[in-house]
Amino acid sequence: MSHYNFAFLDEQTKRMIRRAILKAVAIPGYQVPFGSREMPLSYGWGTGGVQVTASVIGPDDVLKVIDQGADDTTNAVSIRRFFERTTRVRTTTRTDTATLIQTRHRIPETPLAEGQIVVFQVPIPEPLRWLEPRETETRKMHALEEYGVMHVRLYEDITRHGHVETAYDYPVLVNGRYIMRPSPIPKFDNPKLDRSPALLLFGAGREKRIYAVPPFTAVRSLDFEDHPFAIERWDQTCALCGAADVFMDEIVVDDKGGRMFVCSDTDFCERRRGR
Amino acid sequence: MDADRPLLRARGVTRYYGARIGCRDVGLDLWPGEVLGIVGESGSGKTTLLGCLCGRLAPSGGTVEFTQRDGIVVDIPTLPEPALRKLARTDWGVVHQNPRDGLRLGVSAGANVGERLMALGARHYGRIRQTAADWLGRVEIDRGRIDDWPETFSSGMQQRLQIARTLVTEPRLVFMDEPTGGLDVSVQARLLDLLRRLVTDLGLAAVIVTHDLAVTRLLAHRLLVMRGGEAVEWGLTDQVLDDPQHPYTQLLVSSVLHP
Repeated sequence: MSHYNFAFLDEQTKRMIRRAILKAVAIPGYQVPFGSREMPLSYGWGTGGVQVTASVIGPDDVLKVIDQGADDTTNAVSIRRFFERTTRVRTTTRTDTATLIQTRHRIPETPLAEGQIVVFQVPIPEPLRWLEPRETETRKMHALEEYGVMHVRLYEDITRHGHVETAYDYPVLVNGRYIMRPSPIPKFDNPKLDRSPALLLFGAGREKRIYAVPPFTAVRSLDFEDHPFAIERWDQTCALCGAADVFMDEIVVDDKGGRMFVCSDTDFCERRRGR
Repeated sequence: MDADRPLLRARGVTRYYGARIGCRDVGLDLWPGEVLGIVGESGSGKTTLLGCLCGRLAPSGGTVEFTQRDGIVVDIPTLPEPALRKLARTDWGVVHQNPRDGLRLGVSAGANVGERLMALGARHYGRIRQTAADWLGRVEIDRGRIDDWPETFSSGMQQRLQIARTLVTEPRLVFMDEPTGGLDVSVQARLLDLLRRLVTDLGLAAVIVTHDLAVTRLLAHRLLVMRGGEAVEWGLTDQVLDDPQHPYTQLLVSSVLHP
């Protein structure tokens, strides 16, 4: 791999992406356009997140990559190996020793710490897209804080299902100003965004947008006064480690309807069992 | 509010499309609670004029002054876009000819009516729903259909739903472009009845563009007759329709069986 630059991207590209990241940090929740590059990875597999990671990673970083909470799924393994080969940085599965965490669909159960950076892979960055197909119009709506339509969507959910059905990618208001899609994390993880001590960076490769939540920024999930935001709960504990109050995966274990609930965060589960 | 100040005052409104004239040198005053009908044949500049009045089109010349709720007078063509959009959400309403242009088809009737409330900051589901149900009742739509999609409504019901959605925040000025176009005669009559009642009840001012003189006879207090982009005659509705002065108005009136 000696023919490749450190972390694959050339230095000019990294500068361009870092500038976008700085702007994103300065305006929490605002989507900054950037010149997304072709990556050796198909769209939808985390091209945005990989570019953000490649731009902020340094030789002293310790990288963790997770996909749906697991360190050993295809997407996580491929991206981790990609950075092992192009940067030779140390990698880990432990949330507390990692300095940089790239994630798809989850925020780790282990509380994040100051100094850590979490990079999210974002398929669709625009929270207003469901209601307004025109990009020129959604930008104007963000600029003028015309966010009434977001509640139309929640209204519709409550009307149809009696509660807000949106279970992942649940829209949030960042720093009292911009409405943001937190990427397809379960709404269970939304409270972890609020005043998180870690820097949260979001990259959308195909849509060419970067946005950020700086440390200790207020992030509020949208709701109605008489239908407050609530996260999902399970009446079972993890079948492997016994943890409660964590996000669970339901696993079918045989063809007779047997199933079990286990932690979605594999690192968290393994360390509880090891203890 | 200043009592001797019209709600909307237009002077010398002109709009060119290249070398072609959309409308030229049109002036009008609209007072609070007054309904103004703009009539004329297709291509006479009615819709262009309406576009200039409501800020959708930039006029090539002229002024359009609107007196806001707080008494401040703003010039619509030079008003910055944020202020114009705010005005469109609060003091104004627009009823489109085709209800599909004014409705959100992918969400229920209740959400359609509630949207403007939520845009203005309403965040209590129960109260929004209650207001939406009330308004469906006011426009004679069965409250039981609050959760149905507008696509399942007849075109007359869609038009009434659009009216409820526009009036729910009680705007002071409503622009209507052919509100009864495309509806059959009995549905038209019912809609006109409804509009007349709502306009009276709410003390709305309205600008109604139509080619149908019967509509203006029922709804409008004043008429502005347009031809070739210019206003050829204006005055009280009955006066214009019963004693037309301009040859074109005479032609227009005589071409209708029962104006």
